[in-house]
Amino acid sequence: MELTRKDILGLSDFSVDEINLVLDTAESFREISTRTIKKVPTLRGITVINLFYEASTRTHTSFEIAAKRLSADAINISTSTSSVTKGETLADTAKTLEAMSPDIIVIRHACAGAPHILARLLGQSIINAGDGSHEHPTQALLDMLTIRQKKGTIEGLKVVLVGDIMNSRVARSNMYGLTRMGARVTVCGPAMLIPRGVEGMGVTVETNMQKALQDADVVMMLRMQFERQQGAVFPSVREYARLFCLTVPMLKEAKEDAIVMHPGPINRGIEIAPEVADGFRSVILDQVTNGVAVRMALLYLLAGGRQ
Amino acid sequence: MVTENSKRIVMDAERIDRSIARIAYEILEDNKGADDLVIIAVRSGGIMLSRRIRKKIADIEGVVIPMGILDITLYRDDVIMTDKKPKMGETDIPFCLNDKKIILVDDVIFTGRTIRAAMDALIDFGRPRVIRLAVLVDRGHREIPIRPDYVGEKLPSSLWENVNVILSESGGDDEVVIL
Amino acid sequence: MKLLLKGGRIVDPSQDIDETLDLLIEDGLIARIAPNLPTPEVGRDSGTAVVDLEGKTIVPGLLDMHTHLREPGHEYKETILSGTAAALAGGFTAVACMANTSPVNDNSSVTDFILRKAARADLARVYPVAAVSRNLEGEILTEFSDLKDAGAVALSDDGNPVATAGLMRRALEYAYSLSLPVISHCEDRSLTEGGAMNEGFVSTELGLPGIPAIAEDIMAARDIAIAEYTGTRVHIAHVSTAATVELVRDAKRRGIAVTAETAPHYFTLTDEALRSYSTDLKVYPPIRGSEDRDAVIGGLRDGTIDVIASDHAPHSSIEKDVEFAYAATGLIGLETSLALSLAMVEQGVISIGRLVEAMSVNPARILGVPGGTLRTGTAADVTVIDTTRAWTVDKNAFRSLSRNCPFHGRRLTGKALMTIVGGIIKYREDAKPL
Repeated sequence: MELTRKDILGLSDFSVDEINLVLDTAESFREISTRTIKKVPTLRGITVINLFYEASTRTHTSFEIAAKRLSADAINISTSTSSVTKGETLADTAKTLEAMSPDIIVIRHACAGAPHILARLLGQSIINAGDGSHEHPTQALLDMLTIRQKKGTIEGLKVVLVGDIMNSRVARSNMYGLTRMGARVTVCGPAMLIPRGVEGMGVTVETNMQKALQDADVVMMLRMQFERQQGAVFPSVREYARLFCLTVPMLKEAKEDAIVMHPGPINRGIEIAPEVADGFRSVILDQVTNGVAVRMALLYLLAGGRQ
Repeated sequence: MVTENSKRIVMDAERIDRSIARIAYEILEDNKGADDLVIIAVRSGGIMLSRRIRKKIADIEGVVIPMGILDITLYRDDVIMTDKKPKMGETDIPFCLNDKKIILVDDVIFTGRTIRAAMDALIDFGRPRVIRLAVLVDRGHREIPIRPDYVGEKLPSSLWENVNVILSESGGDDEVVIL
Repeated sequence: MKLLLKGGRIVDPSQDIDETLDLLIEDGLIARIAPNLPTPEVGRDSGTAVVDLEGKTIVPGLLDMHTHLREPGHEYKETILSGTAAALAGGFTAVACMANTSPVNDNSSVTDFILRKAARADLARVYPVAAVSRNLEGEILTEFSDLKDAGAVALSDDGNPVATAGLMRRALEYAYSLSLPVISHCEDRSLTEGGAMNEGFVSTELGLPGIPAIAEDIMAARDIAIAEYTGTRVHIAHVSTAATVELVRDAKRRGIAVTAETAPHYFTLTDEALRSYSTDLKVYPPIRGSEDRDAVIGGLRDGTIDVIASDHAPHSSIEKDVEFAYAATGLIGLETSLALSLAMVEQGVISIGRLVEAMSVNPARILGVPGGTLRTGTAADVTVIDTTRAWTVDKNAFRSLSRNCPFHGRRLTGKALMTIVGGIIKYREDAKPL
């Protein structure tokens, strides 16, 4: 099994074999981060550009550490706005970057599809580090690695995603990945934040959180993206927390050995109670550790064998 | 195409066993015993050979020395250039390498590049007192200045031939063949 | 100066003609249609040019009643000159251009400017559509009568909906009294705000904010209700949904004076095409799902939809080579509409006669302008079509200044060979561009 694709744009077209390859490779990379010298020379001479159009501390840092542990040169470009506002099109940005001859471009963008436009214009490998409300494939891969690590397998598990499903790229990538790996996925959130036709992605919809959590092996809380909603979408943060905050009593609805996940950064007291976030069933920090391993694996699989 | 005719057995089971025994004796003699000795096998060709050497040392000295496995994929100098997508295995060295006397084991030495990569990797794991290299077959054609300390047999080969070490753990009889 | 078109198949539903006949144009007018008109002998009657059109189809000049020529204000996207050249190449002898220019065509001086520019270009005829409300803001009505006198043929806030039902009511009543049609861009902005594509499974998968079909349906229902209540008429622009097709069908059944148009992309594409994130597919109304597309085809088939119009909306790469969410809405269609519509004929959805009605007869009737017929004595606006010509869309060869065409590279069949305006051949497919 080899990873033959040029880009990592999303999990919508990832096969089971490809997901397993990434997760297996990431397992091997996890060990490197436990060494005294946390660096291998593998990608010496490879240039990775981290192009972040949207503020992000953890994904950005995770990609940077991953590149550096593989001895690649990581160049970071952060801009809070698109170059559109500077009168430059995305195509201009693409050509400018190409002229600097990087090998891999990691892009985070507030607009769905921006990485796809870059991928079409450029010969370099593009890794989608989150595009609008579309996909966040590396997050879903690290989530799956964490589930596999804690539960031994993904197949047959009941995974519940709770929050703003409509605006969540983490939810979309996880829906693709988890259903493909044989998990039973339930999405739960306020009715107006469940996107139309989402059942078509092979998931069950439940707007009542108590019901959604029944028999759950994994509870994945999503960040409530109040900043991404236009106008009066949901009455208030307080009302949201009343219905969808993962509290200790709420967690009792899930299986006794259910694990609690969150892509971060967490809104304590809004979608997750502090006691749960810091509790023994929380694997939130394992997710962070696995994030570096998954990103190292992807950089390695994309950069290797390029000739 | 590989046919039965083009396959040449160059070492049989008996010769292999004698070579391994001699390597074990030489290691113990150089080291004056088994103190601080560890074996690091290069994945994957060195693993079974390492177990054999370790067993021999245990038979002679009555001591089972620690053994680790090193995957050198990440240290190869051709990861980016090769036309094959790289596939990596796990490194498993469950002990500290500081001040240890490492016997690095691989089945065949050829260009020397694998051993170069292995030594770079080892140094990232700590500061061993010495690193010595044991191989069952030295087939020549070195591209970098590396010379094994313990050699089972020197078998001159052509560049385009394949030298395969087959040990019975993987099924079949012990033999070294040239294809 | 005479022009004799010999041996073509003449399709003119206004006179119920569909047969192989000769057509003689004299002094800019249709002079005669008859079998085997005498060919003048060489040298004796050198004032007559003869064109052999055996196997070709001759129809009344096509009229695109929904285009954006972008002038004044956005001449880098299109000008009246380039837009009318594109129209001719697409087989259109006339176009109606929408009011959302800069400044907006909401007063007679802008209408006059457009007509003077069109006269100077002297290519396709241009029929200005003036704004319903000042600056398209949905607050104050424009001076319909003055605009009509300046040459405006219809009223529309296209690009924007007429914001309130109250304003639309007064616009329909007043326009009706002046015999001006009102063209309604149906969009409930409170449902489309921030939207980028049709809302449905594909938008959910792509993570793009959705535009629900009901945003169109609710406004179509509103405008039909107003037309019914006030006894006036309304024309529904760019119909894209099954429910709007059904609303129009039902309204017509009940005798309400409603007419409707659709654009080729709504009967050709579905939102599955958006998976490429190609911004050339970003358009309002959005390209819908297959059920809506099939309903639009059904509306064409049974005549519920009267008109095929291009909704030619040029944008430059500055607006289109950007992220999907930031891209301008609109695609260009003047040079592909005919071939995409002929595909409906090829697929048996409509006859060639119905196509001519939808692209010539009906638009002329709805706008109340000349054309839509080859009747003797009328202006000789004629389109000659090779319905069998296969060609590959090359947006870089377009006369339009813009390149936002989602059909680039597509193999199509059917092409305008010759576009005649007022008896003068303004475009020949085999000649150099004018």
